[in-house]
Amino acid sequence: MKIREISEKLCADIVCGEDQLDCEVFTACSSDMMSDVLAFVKDQAVLLTGLVNPQVIRTAEMMDMRCIVFVRKKVPTEEMKCLAEEAGIVLMKTQMRMFEACGILYEAGLKGHVEDGVCDA
Amino acid sequence: MPDDVVRFCFDVDGDDFSSAGAASVEVKKRLRQLGISPEVIRRVAIAMYEGEINMVIHADGGKALVEVTPDEVRMTLEDHGPGIADVELAMQEGYSTARENIRSLGFGAGMGLPNMKKYTDTMHIDTEVGRGTTVVMTVKI
Ligand SMILES: Nc1ncnc2c1ncn2[C@@H]1O[C@H](COP(=O)(O)OP(=O)(O)O)[C@@H](O)[C@H]1O
Ligand SMILES: [Mg+2]
Repeated sequence: MKIREISEKLCADIVCGEDQLDCEVFTACSSDMMSDVLAFVKDQAVLLTGLVNPQVIRTAEMMDMRCIVFVRKKVPTEEMKCLAEEAGIVLMKTQMRMFEACGILYEAGLKGHVEDGVCDA
Repeated sequence: MPDDVVRFCFDVDGDDFSSAGAASVEVKKRLRQLGISPEVIRRVAIAMYEGEINMVIHADGGKALVEVTPDEVRMTLEDHGPGIADVELAMQEGYSTARENIRSLGFGAGMGLPNMKKYTDTMHIDTEVGRGTTVVMTVKI
């Protein structure tokens, strides 16, 4: 799925990274605990979270993620936007809650993990 | 051969949670410039990031040294915080002394030290209550 489609399906506003909306992603994860993301995530390209602080961006950067979706009307700060731009990560925000947003993306074909041999380049 | 070693040093500020992880981001960038493989870089970055966060939330900051040899990346994280009374207990998944304010920032799940061990090839903790903690981790290239 293209990152653009994620923003469309979640009626999300793009905060930064507009030039990367055609990037293809296959997997996603959701958490408000960054330690869990660091512990259990492997090759997920999209992070959905309700947490707003610079560590969210750094965590995604450490995991080589491509896109962060802020749910529940959370708004990333200017500092976070700068960090994301530098890291080449797309930020978007949606009014939807976590469960709803995850369900929509799952139904649309985003998976929770990478199948053997398939991954997002 | 000492000439083969590339070194990076960083001060980790203990007063500023929002800047925690800045050293790890920088290390990632430098390792990429050195042509290290993405998988190795990711393991180093995650281990170092968790270690850096620990120095900020548990030990009031410290120093990080990263050395790259032809065989491995070695990270040395040194602080003069409270030390760890029971390392075996601290290593257990889910064990954390972090307070609620840290949890609300997305950390303090007690997964940091186990993560650091999981993503590195060797990890050694040298700690003394009241003196501080030094964590040395290596990842083979
Ligand atoms: N550098 C440190 N200085 C003092 N105590 C530490 C340090 N690193 C870890 N600890 C102790 O070990 C516990 C477990 O650490 P960790 O697994 O990273 O979980 P968390 O950071 O989420 O609490 C911490 O809660 C803390 O009590
Ligand atoms: Mg920790």
